[in-house]
Amino acid sequence: MSHYDAIIIGAGMSGLGAGIRLAMFDKRVVVLERHYVWGGLNSFYQFQGHQFDVGLHAMTNYAPRGAKGLPLTRLLKQLRIRWDELDLHQQGHSAVSFPGTKLKFSNDFELLRGEVAAAFPDQIDGFDALVKAVREFNELDLDAPTQNARTIVESHISHPMLVDMIFCPLMFYGSARENDMDWDQFVVMFKSIFFEGFARPQQGVRHILKLLIDRYRRSGGELRMKTGVKRILMDGARATGVELDSGETLTAETVLSSAGLVETGRMCGQEPGAQATGKLSFTETINVLDKPARDLGIDETIIFFSNTERFNYAQPAGLCDTTSGVICMPGNFDLPEQPKDHLVRITNIANFDRWNALERDGEDSPYNRAKREWYTRSSDDVLAHIPDFRASTTLVDMFTPRTIRHYTGHEGGAVYGSPIKKRTGASGIEGLYIIGTDQGFLGIIGAMLSGISMANRWVLQRDGATVETT
Amino acid sequence: MTDENIKQAIIGIINDINPDEDTSNINPAERLRDQLDLDSMDFLDIVMELRKRYGVHVPDTDYEHLASLDSCVAYLRDKMADKELVS
Ligand SMILES: Cc1cc2nc3c(=O)[nH]c(=O)nc-3n(C[C@H](O)[C@H](O)[C@H](O)COP(=O)(O)OP(=O)(O)OC[C@H]3O[C@@H](n4cnc5c(N)ncnc54)[C@H](O)[C@@H]3O)c2cc1C
Repeated sequence: MSHYDAIIIGAGMSGLGAGIRLAMFDKRVVVLERHYVWGGLNSFYQFQGHQFDVGLHAMTNYAPRGAKGLPLTRLLKQLRIRWDELDLHQQGHSAVSFPGTKLKFSNDFELLRGEVAAAFPDQIDGFDALVKAVREFNELDLDAPTQNARTIVESHISHPMLVDMIFCPLMFYGSARENDMDWDQFVVMFKSIFFEGFARPQQGVRHILKLLIDRYRRSGGELRMKTGVKRILMDGARATGVELDSGETLTAETVLSSAGLVETGRMCGQEPGAQATGKLSFTETINVLDKPARDLGIDETIIFFSNTERFNYAQPAGLCDTTSGVICMPGNFDLPEQPKDHLVRITNIANFDRWNALERDGEDSPYNRAKREWYTRSSDDVLAHIPDFRASTTLVDMFTPRTIRHYTGHEGGAVYGSPIKKRTGASGIEGLYIIGTDQGFLGIIGAMLSGISMANRWVLQRDGATVETT
Repeated sequence: MTDENIKQAIIGIINDINPDEDTSNINPAERLRDQLDLDSMDFLDIVMELRKRYGVHVPDTDYEHLASLDSCVAYLRDKMADKELVS
């Protein structure tokens, strides 16, 4: 039986981030991944000869080379990756588009501020005050009490549609709560999207994952694919290791789990509370076009939209809610080469239980019919925001909440995990810590930083402390 | 190891942590934090690397001694006297 300093459950962004840190400092560490590809919520696949990314529309948290004190810079230092290696290319501009009003934004915050001042002249002072509150809040203080973001935002801004326009991108890119966010998460998302902004490597998420896997392996870390964890082993109140799907057992001083709070609890034999499973899941349709989106007059990199003045970020009663969503044009980043496939990707909020209840077998199964129906509705409902691209579409693929659960193990296909976050990583069980989405740092950069900071806090720093006392 | 070697050892570690940082003009008397982009996570790395490369253990309570290159030298001189510089 093998014994490790640390076992990490999941080879997503957080698991790999944690793994690199521990391997770098010669810990005996293994990353266990149930799936046959790594990346978790941020992965990639082949479909009819095309290479598609899951997740990654944009890497948030863009920072120029050498920018001080920003999350991306911190991440690069911790993983010892040079800025150049990421191969980042910035967005052109993006927009939040609501009925009758569009706010453009880019990686230069002044664009957004100017747009708000022009569209909502009587709100700009409140907007500035909100920005100041965001700037001054220290989201890295993991022990600060949580507050509701909506209360704070509404105390500065009285126009309901502007409030929703600010929330819309932040929720779509990171909220596990319906129609509100924790203030610290709001701040993290606001900074990462509006202050720092979007970028992407030419080769998309594959490139980032390759860097991480190479770094991990070169540091001496062990990675086991197609290796699911069935159960976390306990000795009294302490986690001592894991039992794999195969029945094999591995023991460790510390277990870091990126499987999610509810999912990790289940592996310890705990039934989750009613509120613990996230309700927010998504469908995404990927349209392959016969020409670049720009040639159709689509200039934005990403559009966050709502077809109603009040944006409803909540689980829909039906299969999908296509009245709001995210439209991503990966070819509209400032890339050195136009990508081989010209894509328009559309994300909508969806209901996991409804999709999960549909019979899947056969081309004409209810599941496949629903996909075709909602693909059409989703495409129709974006036409208030972009020129009609439908005649240029040559191929479509669509994934649903069920796909997300299948490939990542997240219950309810909950992309942003549980509304309950464990910001210190403490799971309530000694020796077992939560990393990734349910620790509360969001997005790709957030997930990696989560793995890193939890590995630092619960293994590397603690290790320093024990050496000292013995 | 000479005092100069100790400084080189620290700068070598900083260069590995952040290859995008220019370390050629560090003032040894001034706090490193004020001259370079170093946060508490990076100080953890300096400490971890000192242990990994030189077998020197710096307890949490002594982190403050690593504030400037000069204070590093004063603090590490005895601990690193018999060590060889690792490049
Ligand atoms: C459609 C979509 C779009 C997104 N768009 C963006 C974007 O544009 N920008 C951005 O920054 N972020 C985006 N995200 C969010 C980003 O993908 C996540 O925040 C991040 O990847 C979370 O990483 P993680 O490590 O916490 O979790 P995960 O990626 O879920 O990793 C967990 C891993 O654990 C494995 N696992 C689970 N249970 C077990 C078990 N029992 N045994 C072994 N392995 C197990 C899973 O297979 C998985 O690989 C998007 C996500 C989705 C789904």
